[in-house]
Amino acid sequence: MATIMEPTIFELSSPGRLGVTMPASDVPETALPPKNLLRSELPLPELAEVDVVRHYTKLSKFNYSVDDGFYPLGSCTMKYNPKINEDTCRLPGFLYTHPLQPIETVQGNLVLMYELQEWLKEISGFAGMTLQPAAGAHGEFTGVLMMAAYHKSRGDSKRTKMLIPDAAHGTNPASAGMLGFSVVTIPSDARGNVDLKALEAACDDTVVGMMLTNPNTLGMFDEHIEEVIALVHKCGGLMYGDGANLNALLGIVRPGDLGFDVMHINLHKTFSVPHGGGGPGSGPVGVSERLLDFLPSPLVGIIEEGDDETAPLYGFVTPKKSIGRMKAFHGHFGGGLVRAYTYISMHGPDGLKDISQYAVLNANYLQAKLRGTYTIPYDRICMHEFVAEGQFAGSDVRALDIAKRLMDYNFHPPTNYFPLIVHEALMIEPTETENKDTLDRFAEALIKIAEEAKSQPELLHDAPHITPFGRMDEVKAARELVLCCWLPENYESLK
Amino acid sequence: MTYIPISPNERDAMLKTVGVKSLDDLFDAIPQKHRFPELDLPPALTEMEAASLLSEMANTNENVREHMISFLGAGAYNHYVPSVVDHMLRRGEFYTAYTPYQPEISQGTLQAIFEYQSLMTNLTGMDVSNASHYDGATAAAEAVGLAYAQFRGKRKKVVLSPAVHPQYREVIRTYTQGMGVEEVGDDVSIDPEAGPEAMMSLVDENTMLVVVQYPDFFGRIHDYTKLIEDAHAKGSLVCIVANPTAMLMLKTPASMGADIVVGEAQPFGIPLWYGGPYLGFFTTKKSYVHKMAGRLIGETVDNRGQRSYVLTLTAREQHIKRERATSNICSNQGLLALAAAVYMSTLGKTGLSQVANLCYQKAHYAASQLSQIDGFGLCFSEPFFHEFVLCCPKPASEVNEYLLEHGIFGGYDLGKDYPSLENHILMAFTEMNSKQEIDTLVEVLKEME
Repeated sequence: MATIMEPTIFELSSPGRLGVTMPASDVPETALPPKNLLRSELPLPELAEVDVVRHYTKLSKFNYSVDDGFYPLGSCTMKYNPKINEDTCRLPGFLYTHPLQPIETVQGNLVLMYELQEWLKEISGFAGMTLQPAAGAHGEFTGVLMMAAYHKSRGDSKRTKMLIPDAAHGTNPASAGMLGFSVVTIPSDARGNVDLKALEAACDDTVVGMMLTNPNTLGMFDEHIEEVIALVHKCGGLMYGDGANLNALLGIVRPGDLGFDVMHINLHKTFSVPHGGGGPGSGPVGVSERLLDFLPSPLVGIIEEGDDETAPLYGFVTPKKSIGRMKAFHGHFGGGLVRAYTYISMHGPDGLKDISQYAVLNANYLQAKLRGTYTIPYDRICMHEFVAEGQFAGSDVRALDIAKRLMDYNFHPPTNYFPLIVHEALMIEPTETENKDTLDRFAEALIKIAEEAKSQPELLHDAPHITPFGRMDEVKAARELVLCCWLPENYESLK
Repeated sequence: MTYIPISPNERDAMLKTVGVKSLDDLFDAIPQKHRFPELDLPPALTEMEAASLLSEMANTNENVREHMISFLGAGAYNHYVPSVVDHMLRRGEFYTAYTPYQPEISQGTLQAIFEYQSLMTNLTGMDVSNASHYDGATAAAEAVGLAYAQFRGKRKKVVLSPAVHPQYREVIRTYTQGMGVEEVGDDVSIDPEAGPEAMMSLVDENTMLVVVQYPDFFGRIHDYTKLIEDAHAKGSLVCIVANPTAMLMLKTPASMGADIVVGEAQPFGIPLWYGGPYLGFFTTKKSYVHKMAGRLIGETVDNRGQRSYVLTLTAREQHIKRERATSNICSNQGLLALAAAVYMSTLGKTGLSQVANLCYQKAHYAASQLSQIDGFGLCFSEPFFHEFVLCCPKPASEVNEYLLEHGIFGGYDLGKDYPSLENHILMAFTEMNSKQEIDTLVEVLKEME
């Protein structure tokens, strides 16, 4: 196959080429600082604007995206990102407001943040909400910090254990680890629920709390959720909800009503903020009554009540026992909060319920189509995603091969090898924004691949075949650690 | 408005395949008393109505392009973003893709971030850059995490310069709550006006990291070479929080011997956006790469012999190492790293140098004019880049209020964070501030009573 790789922006550079230039200075000239404070060279590329545009346009074509096609990546909620969001978040009033402006001059931003806080509280059933966390994992860290602060404020210092189910996302134990808590893994039972006996045995007065994704990463809503939460509360622990799978629950059930104490919400999954090739995300965190005082500072609040004639004045407030600040300024306002606000405003209560109902319908439909060809280890009505085994008796084809072969059928593969409790896992989340034809074509492709696994396994081992790039040598990357490039003239001297 | 592409007939056929009668029947596992809550939310808007509502909200703000003259900086800067940056960001292939876990169909994101890493190492002079953090403040907090890991928790002290951005210091304290780490050097009794050498008395054999800012929060340019030598003599690492625009002109932190260089890359192609999302950059020496948090892209080849890129050293990360990971971070600011790469490429060596020079020239013109007004003056004598502290004859809050009445955001009131500096305003100047704006500021201040 002909090579199609693109040179790097450094290799495309040619000394003396100009891109966008700046106007001449309109002020009298001041001498530069003494030479010992100046850099000796600026080894950055020199290109014309058209060079840059063609380069990044070409790179963009090496990507597969939701705008290209079906992206059933489990627990990632790769739904369609409405185009109107891209316009609203770029309104000049949002783009060009500085985070340190006086609050009187940014009431539009603050009203938006305040209403979004209130809406997310209503949707999730929590008493308080912070919009500050920058992503899901950042929200988790925020939540775990609040759990620690809560116990500490009560003088309850012996709590050091975090209970985490074996199906959990890796961020859960990592977040607990950042506070130095030890992780106790709780197994799942045969129906994909938390094993109640194991949980009961682990519950004692050293438990900080439990971090639970519900529906879990098998796509199962825990059938004993109220018992699970009651057990954790009984031993004095707090219940953390990983909101990664909230797309199954809008208008279906509110985690706060079930008794969760704290939960992060991924605006980039459930509320249509685009994933951006890995970020920025946005991870607001909701809390129950007893954690209100520990929320990060600042929150958006009403500083002066309004009346019939004047609007209230919105500003920032600091909770009494706040864990502090999670990042500079006020959260991912433009890229996260404005898009999520736009999306929720266009759905209303019924529209939100539709989202979750159809997300769950699509997952169950695909599960039904694939049952019989692929083993579904936890086979019951699923929520917004389900897990199949990517292996066949008597075949050396693995989930990885199936995932790579799907690319030849122009689909993005499902999440693979996760959750860890299923062998050769293929975790499939179709989302509500896919039509029946797409789901049918995807199921057909997977069924055909299952046949290929028997008749031509090498076709799968070597896949993908029709993508611009083939399988990568990941060992070489880790061994040689080439992590950056330089201008051609600097290459040898710096390498 | 709905984005669900399924007709009622299709829905019914699908329900039949699943084997249930209605959509509601899919939710039997949910406790009945909590099932299907009535949500108290405003009714759904059409796209047209939502567009108009959001416009109205945005128009309620006074912004720094259409309404106000602004000299606010303090960690977020009003720079010109070339048109091409947003055109590239708006390509659906970039913004609607996920983390590049499947490299065969993600080379666009992977190569772009590899180029971002390369641009940042060439800018800072450091060996490696990761794929980015949430913002400059969290990148600084992750630097503490690196140092903590490097000394395996045996050194417990972080020396923070009081001239590091106050919000960055707050975030470092939040992040380290569970580590048993002690932060010293920036309590209010310490003189914020003291130079960097004043911190050395606090650095000892228990110090894992010294954090300084470049230029510092008050805009001053220090050469940290001596401080770094002294800190290294005690075995401590040193992190410099650097402004990327300033680094286009000033000597690199690497040439001073820094171990870690982090900062906020918002000035490189990212709008003010009321504070986020921004782009935290993180660069370090090659010897610390295994202790570094965050994503990392490395070069390799595919099975057809083509040069290509993959996420590498993932064994550091949460999805492999779980509670023993270097950090819980599992995203980067991917799209904004692309913005920075396009910004730096489009302006290029020449355009970027022009930006840096304009920032420098405007700030120095403003300083010379402002210091001629009775009662006003520059607080510090050290060289500065595009930000400086103006000493005022009355509290900064009153000066700012007066300027606001004249359509000017004067700058950041330092009294909020430093009680002894209540008459001090931190002012920032960029290529966006014309001579006329600066002259207006001077005229208005001259009239102040």
